[in-house]
Amino acid sequence: MSDPVLSIDDLHVEFRTEDGVVKAVDGVSYELGKGEIIAVLGESGSGKTVHARAVLRILDTPPAHITGGRAMLGDVNLFDLDEADMREVRGARIAMLFQDPHTALDPVYTVGDQIVELLRLRRGISTKEARDQALELLERVGIPSPEGRLNAYPHQLSGGIAQRVMVAMAVALDPDVLLADEPTSSLDVTVQAQVLELLGSLVSETEMSMVLITHNLAVAVGLADRIAVMYAGQLVELGPAKEVYANPKHPYTAALLRSIPDIERRDERLPAIKGAPPNLLHPPSGCPFHPRCPYATEICLTAMPPLDEVGPEHVTACYHWDEVQR
Amino acid sequence: MSDPQPLIRVDNVTKHFPLNDKVFGSSGVIHAVDGVSVDLYPGEVLGVVGESGCGKSTLANLIMKLEEPTSGTIEYRGRNIATFKDDELKTYRREVQMVFQDTFGSLDPRMTITDVLTEPFTIHREVLPKDAWPDKVRALLKLVGLDPDHANRYPHQFSGGQRQRINIARALALDPKVLVCDEPVSALDVSVQAQVVNLLKDLQDEFGLSYIFVAHDLSVVRQIADRVAVMYLGQVQEIGDEADVLLHPSHPYTQALVSALPTADDQGNTTGKRIVLSGDLPSPANPPSGCRFRTRCWMAQQKCADEEPELIERGTGRPTKCHFVTPTVGTPAAV
Repeated sequence: MSDPVLSIDDLHVEFRTEDGVVKAVDGVSYELGKGEIIAVLGESGSGKTVHARAVLRILDTPPAHITGGRAMLGDVNLFDLDEADMREVRGARIAMLFQDPHTALDPVYTVGDQIVELLRLRRGISTKEARDQALELLERVGIPSPEGRLNAYPHQLSGGIAQRVMVAMAVALDPDVLLADEPTSSLDVTVQAQVLELLGSLVSETEMSMVLITHNLAVAVGLADRIAVMYAGQLVELGPAKEVYANPKHPYTAALLRSIPDIERRDERLPAIKGAPPNLLHPPSGCPFHPRCPYATEICLTAMPPLDEVGPEHVTACYHWDEVQR
Repeated sequence: MSDPQPLIRVDNVTKHFPLNDKVFGSSGVIHAVDGVSVDLYPGEVLGVVGESGCGKSTLANLIMKLEEPTSGTIEYRGRNIATFKDDELKTYRREVQMVFQDTFGSLDPRMTITDVLTEPFTIHREVLPKDAWPDKVRALLKLVGLDPDHANRYPHQFSGGQRQRINIARALALDPKVLVCDEPVSALDVSVQAQVVNLLKDLQDEFGLSYIFVAHDLSVVRQIADRVAVMYLGQVQEIGDEADVLLHPSHPYTQALVSALPTADDQGNTTGKRIVLSGDLPSPANPPSGCRFRTRCWMAQQKCADEEPELIERGTGRPTKCHFVTPTVGTPAAV
């Protein structure tokens, strides 16, 4: 890979709660290439959202603390920047797209006002110029009759249009990296398809890179170059998207793939993963997946397996990866 | 279905919500449900699918008698539920139970699981003497795959999947005949979703329950429903056997819904031709004339604006609300 745009190196995030310390992100590393889309897959509590918020340093502290690792944007470690410099990074170098557009937009300002404010503050341009650019942005993200939408309040927009507005704001400053956190999960399925298509085309038109946080494997494989799978705060598998999908090497990835209901097939019983995701206040010993894993043996209870190379650019953290069947 | 007598019959039901917003000055009515007729037979799972705003949850609430219809009737065992009072109403409330989407919001955080599961017996006192409650709680927890020793814990001590099992246990406490499940698994993680779907299937087999299974995820509905009704803007667009509707949809909206599902083959290649619908759902306060789907339909013609299609059989073996259904429709031309 050419020089990565963003490299995350041994990231650790802890939540210090009244009940104890939760290792929400526990040693995650990966590099994001220019123009690349990495899908970060995981269930609630896997640390997928926390890792992205840590990179942008928008976690609430307390309870969250970044306790180790680096997030390198080019030569700069984001964790070394002061708050003023960090503010310059947000939006302009790394932008974030959130799950629910209606809570991300300010309800008392029009769409136009919000985009104009962003452009005036960050680009230092006049209101008139900013309005013209806002119009262009809305056109670029495929919003029909954009002039009318500039004067609309967020509550007047459907979920799909509101999310397009959020996309427009996220790309307004031409960021190098877009962190998209479940950008389509709150949308209806027909609208989901539209927004995913938009994100894909924005990445291929520009040199922007994207981290797509999702719980949907089919969405991940349809859009991403690589898939990273997180479980209990750790990266358990990372590889080329189609390879991870077709030949998963971690038992969790394989089980996840099997448990997804398929419209083409009616199963007498869905192959569910037994048990529940671990309570990170009291994580299991060794590999956190071992209580739910059909391949687990003695060694899995004692130590977390290292990330092993299992194929070209494909790594997984499992002692039994060569036994795993899709 | 062999039994010709439906358990629940929804007959031409309409629910309009008046819109009287003084702040923004809008008025009119929301056509949440408009002329819906569906039957639920004993032992059957009826899937009701559609996007947000299609009226599927309002329909569930109408069946639960949480809302009263603007017009039309809902019958339970041949009797109009609007006329139910006293004992008859109590029986209806006992026999028709609901499972909600939000596993947190549907459980009182200050009640232990024992409190949650015995509350039905405090209302329906005739069902079970008080000294039998502890055993019943243990039996219910075991039934839904939870540890009976956890009966004195609070909802926040359980995961989302476990809380949904508690909700299901509560719904089963009074030996109901019908469960109305409103998006019962959509708030759950994929790995847990499958467990809860399996549980619902097991319970249905064991007790011969009937379900109204409201959901937006067609792949989940495929796993559990016997028949599927597809709703759009308050109306049923197509209804039939699950495999027919979901594998060979005859209504263009169903085709779009099915094709919009992100799917990939075993090799991770995106499969199927995706129909990307243009635009958004029109406002249910001001639905389009004629066919309500026509503003987003690639097959729409003048007739669709002038004349509302009826929900009738059109050569595909099941009722479909579209003028242009032909048995060969299935692979739409380029969109």
